Amino acid sequence: MFDYESMRIIWWLLLGVLLTGFAIMDGFDLGVALLLPFVARKDIERRVVINTVGPVWEGNQVWIILGAGAIFAAWPIIYAVSFSGFYLAMLIVLLGFILRPVGFKYRSKMPTERWRSNWDKVLFIAGLLPSLIFGVALGNVLQGVPFFFDDSLRVFYTGSLWGLLNPFALLCGLVSVCMLAMHGASYLATKTEGIVRQRAIQYGRIAAILMLILFMLAGLWVAKGLNGFVVDSIVDHAGPSNPLHKAVSMVLGGWMTNYHLNPLLWIAPLLVVVAVIGQLLCLGRGQSKWGFVFSSLAIVGVISTFGLSLFPFLLPSSSHPSMSLLVWDASSSLLTLRIMLVCTVIFMPIILLYTAWVYRVMRGRVTADAIESDSQNKY
Amino acid sequence: MFPSEMVVDLSRFQFALTALYHFIFVPLTLGLSFLLGIMETIYFLTKKPIWQKMVKYWGILFGINFAMGVATGITMEFQFGTNWAYYSQYVGDIFGAPLAIEGLMAFFLEATFVGIFFFGWDRMSRGAHLTVTWLLAIGTNLSALWILVANGWMQNPVGSHFNFSTMRMEVSDFAAVILNPVAQAKYVHTVSAGYVTGAMFICAISAFFLLRNRNIAFAKRSLKVAAAFGLLVSIAVVVLGDESGYEAGQAQKMKLAAIEAMWDTEPAPAAFTVFGFPDQKNEITRAAIHVPYLLGLIATRSVTEPVPGIHNLVIDNEQRIKNGIVAYGALQQLQQNGNDAAAKAVLGQNEKDLGYALLLKRYTPTVTDANAAQIHAAAEDTVPKVAPLFWSFRIMVACGMFFIVLFALCFYWGAKDKLIEKRWFLRTLFYSLPLPWIAIELGWYVAESGRQPWVIDGVLPTYLGTSSLTASDLWISLGGFILLYTGLAIVEFFLMVKYIKLGPEGTVNLEPSRDR
Repeated sequence: MFDYESMRIIWWLLLGVLLTGFAIMDGFDLGVALLLPFVARKDIERRVVINTVGPVWEGNQVWIILGAGAIFAAWPIIYAVSFSGFYLAMLIVLLGFILRPVGFKYRSKMPTERWRSNWDKVLFIAGLLPSLIFGVALGNVLQGVPFFFDDSLRVFYTGSLWGLLNPFALLCGLVSVCMLAMHGASYLATKTEGIVRQRAIQYGRIAAILMLILFMLAGLWVAKGLNGFVVDSIVDHAGPSNPLHKAVSMVLGGWMTNYHLNPLLWIAPLLVVVAVIGQLLCLGRGQSKWGFVFSSLAIVGVISTFGLSLFPFLLPSSSHPSMSLLVWDASSSLLTLRIMLVCTVIFMPIILLYTAWVYRVMRGRVTADAIESDSQNKY
Repeated sequence: MFPSEMVVDLSRFQFALTALYHFIFVPLTLGLSFLLGIMETIYFLTKKPIWQKMVKYWGILFGINFAMGVATGITMEFQFGTNWAYYSQYVGDIFGAPLAIEGLMAFFLEATFVGIFFFGWDRMSRGAHLTVTWLLAIGTNLSALWILVANGWMQNPVGSHFNFSTMRMEVSDFAAVILNPVAQAKYVHTVSAGYVTGAMFICAISAFFLLRNRNIAFAKRSLKVAAAFGLLVSIAVVVLGDESGYEAGQAQKMKLAAIEAMWDTEPAPAAFTVFGFPDQKNEITRAAIHVPYLLGLIATRSVTEPVPGIHNLVIDNEQRIKNGIVAYGALQQLQQNGNDAAAKAVLGQNEKDLGYALLLKRYTPTVTDANAAQIHAAAEDTVPKVAPLFWSFRIMVACGMFFIVLFALCFYWGAKDKLIEKRWFLRTLFYSLPLPWIAIELGWYVAESGRQPWVIDGVLPTYLGTSSLTASDLWISLGGFILLYTGLAIVEFFLMVKYIKLGPEGTVNLEPSRDR
């Protein structure tokens, strides 16, 4: 099978695929939760919105579980550094992921207005926190985070939660929130009708325009105002995964290096622009399905842009740049990467197949009538 | 630089708390999903609406429980990284794989089909829905398999080796990790405990309906299915628990000795201590009652092999620490010069004891300069807390035996249709509801506390596994978990009680589903 260098690249790509899978699949659930208080005002409208994701959000949420599991298995040191370094931020994300299942499931279990409006607030917060924090986290990765290792590779993180909430990272957080709101609105446009759908389209447009502006602003900041990282020594692409044997420096605009070396990579940020415009054109013109496709493509573009800018870095250290984690020195052993690839190749198509079947079974728009006539089985 | 003792204690407490909390919901999911599959199969075969009503009603309670299982499960996956970063770095190459495969193979299946289990009744044929229910049950059970493969590796770290150039454990034989006998024994024991929980849940609530003279036909049928299943699996859980004990006797001799409060090696045939008061300080068990031969049969499946006691194991471990110091010295040479062939050979010979050298880090960070007193102290540290293990184990086993009797009586009187007359028995059934949970939580306590001071048995001491966090980080997270989990537990309990009181007549309306 593939050699160590190729396996590392394959797993870098798969990491991107899993993060994209999460952002597209669970992203619209998060986006729908974000939009809940805005697009739906009466209880029955809220139930319509919640029932659009009711049968599928649980499966979608597995993307984040699988994503975290894949990082653990394929990039264990990244998992260790990022999860412990972003400790309090991760707990905030976790709070969202704990509250969401309960919110979806328990909201409809009592008829009282107070019970339901409280769970609506919970659902909104559970949508907002992960959307915002994931963007903030990626913004911090672009700036590098302060960590170092001792000689037994124990990691020490020297930043704080407040350090994570810096202006650039917050900008990235807003890009993420707008992106998922846009995506959630695109989904709602395909699954609802009437006033809820109109509002979704309205908010979806605002979110898309904001997202495009903020994305370009962030891009400009990365190119002109942010220190990127550059590897200064020769790194063995098939060497053992130990991040202590290289030299790295920080350079203003350093994240543009890959785009200078290979202008073809501009496709990724261009895809974002084209897809958002496509989404704006399709949304609300009877082309809802294409609107959803375009907002998914915008997500693909954003995550690709991020990954390609960073490559071969996965997690740069701002305090000890030479201890940054690269694709070449942060992976699992060759054997583990191979085992995990075989499992992914076998199971991923099966997952996509039965997920597609579930969406087919649940196809069609969710209507207030359908919910009221089958109240017990619906959220 | 090591984590302070406070950080280690808080990290352990937080993990234990969140894991035990998660495992309030998991066993019921495991058991109920299987029972739902059985009931729906009967519905499919007989087409009698009452069986569909049973699937739907128990399904509502399943759903309330399932949401909490999912919510608290994500915490577990995140926590390896957030709170046990060095652990994740040190063994992620092996430990991460079963967790990722769990997601790919099992949790996706379970989570994708749970949605249409509830929403899909009127959108597919009866056969398709039955398939969905079984896939949900299979996904749930496969999920447990991979988690226990991961946990089994922590108890018996097979198929792996230490790589000095990456400073971590790496996989060498993944088949050995999957087929790890400790993992397999734990898996079947754990899922069957889940089945017992599901059966007990349905029996106890059905008993409640019968005591109130409500839903008689519904409750009787539910009781019949659950009692038959419960009898079968409660026997299985004891038999498979014995298997688990045998595997522990093979792989984790110290754990077994601590559970038995066996201070000195028991000459063959080893006797089993049924009752007594272990006194760890003086290393004796007061007021002990012994049953001859029994321990030898459980731990070695023979009457001729001795079972090693705590004293002898400590002496063995002292030697392993000394070997570990040699390995550690070689490792330090290799960190200076990775091509040092002599050091490689020395490390290779003593690699299996490298973890024992790490026990010394708490006494002397340089390890290689340890004196005899420090080595002895580190060897003494390999003894877990005996009395709580001794008692937890015995209460768990007593619960297990009690379940067999309970389900057998329930099955017998159910078959003779006399349950409704036996009011005292119905009350016993109802009040036995919490027992499976007590047994299961104690079982996990035995499994995990009995492994101490190791997080990976013989490989990595627990106190080295944590993240480099501050105590205040942990106080914040621990406080947050306690508040959030308590709040959610109250909500969950409130909803469960409400829906149990409403009963099938107040919650399940069969009109909207079409019989296609």
